[in-house]
Amino acid sequence: MAYSEKVIDHYENPRNVGSFDKDDQNIATGMVGAPACGDVMKLQLKINADGVIEDAKFKTYGCGSAIASSSLVTEWVKGKTLDQARAITNTEISAELALPPVKIHCSILAEDAIKAAIDDYRSKHPNK
Amino acid sequence: MKLPIYLDYSATTPVDPRVAAKMIQFLTAEGEFGNPSSRSHRFGWQAEEAVDIAREQIADLINADPREIIFTSGATESNNLAIKGAAHFYGKKGKHIITSKTEHKAVLDTCRQLEREGYEVTYLDPQTDGIVTPAQLKDALREDTIVVSLMHVNNEIGVIQDIAAYGELCRANKTILHVDAAQSAGKIEIDVQAMKVDLISFSGHKMYGPKGIGALYVCRKPRVRLEAQMHGGGHERGMRSGTLATHQIAALGEACRIAKEEMSAENERVLALRNRLLEGVSDMEEVYINGSMDHRVAGNINISFNYVEGESLVMALKDLAVSSGSACTSASLEPSYVLRALGRDDELAHSSIRFSIGRFTTEEEIDYAIKIIRQNIGRLREMSPLWDMYKEGIDISSIDWSHH
Repeated sequence: MAYSEKVIDHYENPRNVGSFDKDDQNIATGMVGAPACGDVMKLQLKINADGVIEDAKFKTYGCGSAIASSSLVTEWVKGKTLDQARAITNTEISAELALPPVKIHCSILAEDAIKAAIDDYRSKHPNK
Repeated sequence: MKLPIYLDYSATTPVDPRVAAKMIQFLTAEGEFGNPSSRSHRFGWQAEEAVDIAREQIADLINADPREIIFTSGATESNNLAIKGAAHFYGKKGKHIITSKTEHKAVLDTCRQLEREGYEVTYLDPQTDGIVTPAQLKDALREDTIVVSLMHVNNEIGVIQDIAAYGELCRANKTILHVDAAQSAGKIEIDVQAMKVDLISFSGHKMYGPKGIGALYVCRKPRVRLEAQMHGGGHERGMRSGTLATHQIAALGEACRIAKEEMSAENERVLALRNRLLEGVSDMEEVYINGSMDHRVAGNINISFNYVEGESLVMALKDLAVSSGSACTSASLEPSYVLRALGRDDELAHSSIRFSIGRFTTEEEIDYAIKIIRQNIGRLREMSPLWDMYKEGIDISSIDWSHH
């Protein structure tokens, strides 16, 4: 399968690989996918007092497109508010990476990871 | 050393230069381009002689009579002709067919077609090491079983089945035994007399011959009858019509000649390389071999690198031409049905890589492969949330994953 240059770039030089302490109150963690399906994405956001995403990290088990999708969203969410981050859609991700139709699920997973992380943050901070 | 390194000999092999040199002799006006069926002039006679020699060479490789060899376009066609041909011919005797879940799609899809035509098919479940035991076959055989189709060597995991034992059982039951030998011909000994096989499929391009040519062995004693699938000029004793492709047939013959002469030396060399590769990676954590190591063809090793997804590993190993059982390398998004039939977890099936080694693989290439496999497994595991969980002692099967 031929990949776009952007997928290969993110795959070979993934941005923001790593982890934050998931128990930290300012850290939001979203883990989506399933090993049996061949994709698991963990996305973590560091959120400041103003509700802005200061930093993001990911770890992904999955194909090249899944790794590239998660790497891309760590770049995109930085500096965004939670509502802005929640507005990121899989179509934007797949368009940016020029994902082929069979890889669209990777971009859906990345969108789900953002939403799961935000939900985690809101469960830690019910008033925000 | 040229990159990428070809480690996918089970998918196809390069044509041996000696085979290519032979093939070229039967194409141009200067060569022997005639139609082997032309009886009225020397162009035809020369081509016919080339076909006869090739038929002899193929028969020689498997201890058969040349009259028992039918040329086809490849193993897929041979499998179709053997299974459908026998099932249709003997359909009045019974409607039951036996095969296994780890057969090649050319066999499985053919059996599915026969099911649509009203035949009943039993799909045997191999053991966890990929072997279908003779006892399993014995239990499944019935009075109305007309055809058994089981492969000699599996294309994904390289395990070798006990064909001689199947042969005894089938002959005693008066059932036709078809064997798909695409992955074994020229690599391990096949003796049709000793094995009591009725039909055997061969592929040219898996044994350093060209693509587009194969053969079917059709036993004469006892006589096996087939209903033709391709009708026309009555070539190949009416079982497979179509002008004989002299250049491809001569090439297949030459490939068989070389295989017979060099098989034992080549096997020794290939096995040493396979073991070198295995030793080079097997000390890493969470590495699993798929399929029996005791009954396995020399050139194949299938390894699951747990917590690393196969397609991303294939992408990382871009200097190695290998294949993966991961869903992501197929259009279907299903992981390898062969590994699943062995009872492997989906995770391990997704994490599997098949390395297949052959005639032109070198020690230097294997050493380079080991180096980049180790580097990239480490890099991808650092990126894998499942690896983190494994390291923290979390059992990933205990987690309620949100399935898509």
